Amino acid sequence: MVPEDTAARADESWDETVARVLKVNAIRLITYVPDRALAPLIARLHADDYFTVIAPAREEEAVGIVAGAYMGGLRGIVLMQTSGFATLPNVLASLALPGQIPLLMMISERGTLGDFQLGQAMVCRIMRPVLETLGIEHHVIARREDVEFIVDRMIKQAYATQAAAEAA
Amino acid sequence: MPLRLQPKLRDDEAVVGGIGNTHFDLWASGQRPQNYYMLGSMGLAAPIALGVALAQPARRVFALEGDGSLLMQLGALGTIAAVRPKNLAVIVFDNGLYQITGAQPALTAKGVDLVAMARGAGLAHCAWATDEAHFEALIDTALAGAGPLFIGTRTDNQPPAGVTERDAARIRIRFMDSLQVAPRASAQTDER
Repeated sequence: MVPEDTAARADESWDETVARVLKVNAIRLITYVPDRALAPLIARLHADDYFTVIAPAREEEAVGIVAGAYMGGLRGIVLMQTSGFATLPNVLASLALPGQIPLLMMISERGTLGDFQLGQAMVCRIMRPVLETLGIEHHVIARREDVEFIVDRMIKQAYATQAAAEAA
Repeated sequence: MPLRLQPKLRDDEAVVGGIGNTHFDLWASGQRPQNYYMLGSMGLAAPIALGVALAQPARRVFALEGDGSLLMQLGALGTIAAVRPKNLAVIVFDNGLYQITGAQPALTAKGVDLVAMARGAGLAHCAWATDEAHFEALIDTALAGAGPLFIGTRTDNQPPAGVTERDAARIRIRFMDSLQVAPRASAQTDER
């Protein structure tokens, strides 16, 4: 039996679903470094007063802001693309993981099959090995109908286990 | 400079100490649970402090950052200028070198002016502290909630006066407790 909340709402776009699930989980702070695939979500979050949306210069900064906000009682998530993730291992390993901070990341997986940019394709290969090495829970959203389940459960898992989590 | 800062703190101001001498000296000048000591992540003291300031707008928040650290994350100055948190002050300790790694010169020893960079990033309230009294006056401005404020201080090349503990989870939990944040209850969720 499929739980009610895992059934995709037919009239919703994927970005609408993500925004709704973020709200359900009280994720109010969004920090991001731009990405074309995430653009509809970013535009939607900007347009919604529920969210505080900050676009810093670099992904490390975005992680620092969300980590600080968590410690102050405000939940957040970092949006980025794979090349941005490649700048993060140091701060994941020295801030989020040793401090047991439930850092949420949503990463647009660029450079995968069908993305022909060489720069993206090569840097893309480091993402999963780094996540594995650091022991960070990660899940791929490959189908529209998985958006709600993966985003919602990823958030709940991260907060319940005091651990970083990533959805690509 | 932490010796000058901490007596000014009345009760519940949060202080984020960057890595190196900034958090070592913060530790040595008197430990309080509202101080957060970073382990690594050079350059993230100001972004972490910005996050705390956003989460708790009624609380005054200070970031203590070294010149070498800030040079790694200069974009953070622009982010703070764009967000304009009234309750945030960034204090940079500028000794012109990477003291704890062997005192190699930093770009700040070769002409980089971090206060000028902060101004250029859009932080209107920024200044070099000319002496201890001026530093204390700038702290008073920050305590009055007139941020965001950027304060540059020239520091010496002495080794740190102490060393922080290294248990990051313990530091984080103590900091959150002092901010009255319960980790798993930090936000209401729909527990369907």
